[in-house]
Amino acid sequence: MNTVLAKNKTAAAWKPICALEDIPRLGSRVVKSAGGDIAVFRTAEDEVYALHDKCPHKGGPLSQGIVHGRRVTCPMHGWNLQLDSGEAVAPDVGHCGTFNVKVEDGQVFLAA
Amino acid sequence: MKRSRLVLVGNGMAGVRTLEELLKLAPDHYDITVFGAEPHGNYNRILLSPVLAGEMKLPEIMLNDLDWYRDNGITLHAGRKVVKIDRIRRKVVAEDGTEESYDRLLLATGSVPFMPPIPGRDLPGVLAYRDIADTEAMIEAAQAHRHAVVIGGGLLGLEAANGLKLRGMDVTVVHLADWLMERQLDQVSADMLQASLEARGLTFLLGKQTEAFVQGESGRVCAVRMKDGLEIPADLVVVAAGIRPNTALAESAGLHCNRGIVVNDTLQTYDPRIYAVGECVAHRGIAYGLVAPLFEQGKVAANHLANYGIARYSGSTVSTKLKVTGIDVFSAGDFSGGGKTEEIVLHDRKAGVYKKLVIENERIVGAVLYGDTADSSWYFQLMRDGKDIGDIRGHLMIGQNHIGDVGHQGKSHAAELPDSFEVCGCNGVCKGTIVKAIKEKGLFSLDDVRKHTKASSSCGSCTGLVEQILASTVGGAYQQTESKKKPVCGCTDRTHEEVRRAIREHRLLSIADAMRFLEWRTPDGCASCRPALNYYLISTWPHEAKDDPQSRFINERAHANIQKDGTFSVVPRMWGGLTTPDELRRIADVAEKYAIPTVKVTGGQRIDLLGIRKADLPGVWADLGMPSGHAYGKSIRTVKTCVGSEHCRFGTQQSMSMGVALEKMLYGMGSPHKVKLAVSGCPRNCAEAGIKDVGVIGVDSGWEIYVAGNGGIKTEVAQFLCKVKTREEAMEVTAAFLQLYREEGWYLERTVHYVQRVGLDHVKQAVVEDMEKRRALHARLLFALKDYEDPWRAAVEQPLVRREFEPLEA
Repeated sequence: MNTVLAKNKTAAAWKPICALEDIPRLGSRVVKSAGGDIAVFRTAEDEVYALHDKCPHKGGPLSQGIVHGRRVTCPMHGWNLQLDSGEAVAPDVGHCGTFNVKVEDGQVFLAA
Repeated sequence: MKRSRLVLVGNGMAGVRTLEELLKLAPDHYDITVFGAEPHGNYNRILLSPVLAGEMKLPEIMLNDLDWYRDNGITLHAGRKVVKIDRIRRKVVAEDGTEESYDRLLLATGSVPFMPPIPGRDLPGVLAYRDIADTEAMIEAAQAHRHAVVIGGGLLGLEAANGLKLRGMDVTVVHLADWLMERQLDQVSADMLQASLEARGLTFLLGKQTEAFVQGESGRVCAVRMKDGLEIPADLVVVAAGIRPNTALAESAGLHCNRGIVVNDTLQTYDPRIYAVGECVAHRGIAYGLVAPLFEQGKVAANHLANYGIARYSGSTVSTKLKVTGIDVFSAGDFSGGGKTEEIVLHDRKAGVYKKLVIENERIVGAVLYGDTADSSWYFQLMRDGKDIGDIRGHLMIGQNHIGDVGHQGKSHAAELPDSFEVCGCNGVCKGTIVKAIKEKGLFSLDDVRKHTKASSSCGSCTGLVEQILASTVGGAYQQTESKKKPVCGCTDRTHEEVRRAIREHRLLSIADAMRFLEWRTPDGCASCRPALNYYLISTWPHEAKDDPQSRFINERAHANIQKDGTFSVVPRMWGGLTTPDELRRIADVAEKYAIPTVKVTGGQRIDLLGIRKADLPGVWADLGMPSGHAYGKSIRTVKTCVGSEHCRFGTQQSMSMGVALEKMLYGMGSPHKVKLAVSGCPRNCAEAGIKDVGVIGVDSGWEIYVAGNGGIKTEVAQFLCKVKTREEAMEVTAAFLQLYREEGWYLERTVHYVQRVGLDHVKQAVVEDMEKRRALHARLLFALKDYEDPWRAAVEQPLVRREFEPLEA
């Protein structure tokens, strides 16, 4: 598995965080970082995405939400966020920061 | 792939609504072209009356402006009337020669006003009332002229008359029948309506037939002459004598028409490439002239145009509301009664209130409301659902706020509330916000309003009020969903009932299988349907279907309650509310060791530790050494007990040990929603058993069992189920009732709503009367709960489960 899923928009270095198998399908893991928690999601198709673990609505931890398609539903008030863009799904309006992640040889790398 | 071409003839509410539904299902399937005879985008025709009355302006009633067509890649030919359909070459031709080819054609040509063959009907100043042009002509006439005559005292005629009166004209309504709106009202309500319209200055001539419109010197109409010779002055005549389906185009193309374009249950005409929706259609012999059925038709037509092919339209029950500000009239179904029907009537002449419900076999089949229509949505829902009203008969006239599930905030009449009134207490949504969203975003359904404003999307207690606001804002366009037909979520058209049945009858064992079999539209569902499916699978096939933690809400995945700051709370189980010094010592130690900020006693007689970081949860559980209290689950929560005859001088039964036994029997029981029990040792009922899902009350001669109580959003007193002699019987009945609920309840439906839906008699039959059924239910519950493993211990002992709680480092 060599798919680079996120666009390279920052120059942060890639850091290994876990094996792909360590994240449940349609689930997530939390990565502690200096700039706040990061939620790393795995879809049913084994795509991996990373978002700031803070819902733009009232700051709920997105990592704890239910993942479906390329979306996660915030556990606090049910906002849906697009995993690939960080955009809230209409009619809600908001944006959540995204991070670059990639999977190489079953290992997940995060650039944050 | 080349896209198919879809042409819509008729740029009105039914046709464009069909396109909107189609774009939701298959946005890229068609290149779409729309022909509209009027030179506008799509507007809400129902709101022409408020425009005429000067209460709204034209831009406010636009539903789809020209940008909408452009944004959705739709070609709009506004102001071009289609005059020919060439079914052989599959193209339509407009008056100006514009041609468009189609692969599929949708006809939504609406209706035309019926113009009786009265001499003088072509005179200047004689109008029908149908579209924006008519409305503008009437507004113009009102500025220059004085006398208006409206022919027809039906819904549309009265709205026109009221509007013209408000515009300053002297208005006389001429009506053929003996009372107004005779197709919607009985004579009593019609007389009341007439009196209040007369008080506003309108004049009525009933039982009169028009002979001719008389031409004046200017060439314009100047009077209306009746068959009996009476002549009244008229500078403006509005003919509102009903509408006829506009089938001219379809007939000229050789499509089968019979008082409307004849369609089948998929809205297909006799030409399989041509569909038709709206007022132009005759479905099972009925042409609907109200908007709600048209929207239902649009949804079905869209489903077939999108090649889904699963929806059917089987006709609509319709209701009518008069849109005259300050006069509330509602009518639905068979309002005249007679035959096998009976009536409940409330008539308060002084207060101007009249309510009549027509009832057949304990079901509402018709209703007329005048003066107080606050409960119209409720009656209409009861009528459409065919609900047995036997139990609530005595309360029907008093209204839903005194009985149903509207909750504490459904009291006021929506229209009278100020904009600043907080409607939804959970999400802080005021009436003004809701009204604004409805108007600006063109919302028609409760679901739309929930999505856009969040009102009534949390606890739901304000649902009734939000529906009333919706109804009063959009008038007759309000679509009420039939609760029994409501799909599980946007991922499917299947109802909870259908999903449960399919899982049971086709032995579906996984979420993926269920979604495939039931043709889910999304690859892996959403946060609404996945938890429901997961519950249905494991409750139907215990020990066979595998639980899917990723389809559970976080609380059930983390076995703790998530709090607003992302920390969790932990409630260890205390059987029957009993604890020991040793447990209390351990709880105290844990609270200190993990610096737990809040320790609270719960309403369910246990101790809540709040503010625990997720990563600390397994450590907390290991140190507590107590089983999970499941305070977080759609499952058995607690069994609250009073002291009972063990200590109490009044106690008649041992309520504490009974509570412990019940809680141990039910330990680990998942259910559609949370389940709370209580056991009291005597009728003083200190354990508050009267507001629990199952309340057991000890009496000297045995145990009384009450079910379906609720102390939450709206307090519901539990209903008496039965009385038994022994403790074993009480436990068996409790288990059987809860298993029935587990097997038949819809996900997130509390026992109170489940029992309201299926009826207490149904429950009694299975749990009290039929001993075999009771035993089987009891056995099935015990089988499902066999070998249940404490989730906290699993998380402590199994590394793979523990992983859920451990953060990663970058």
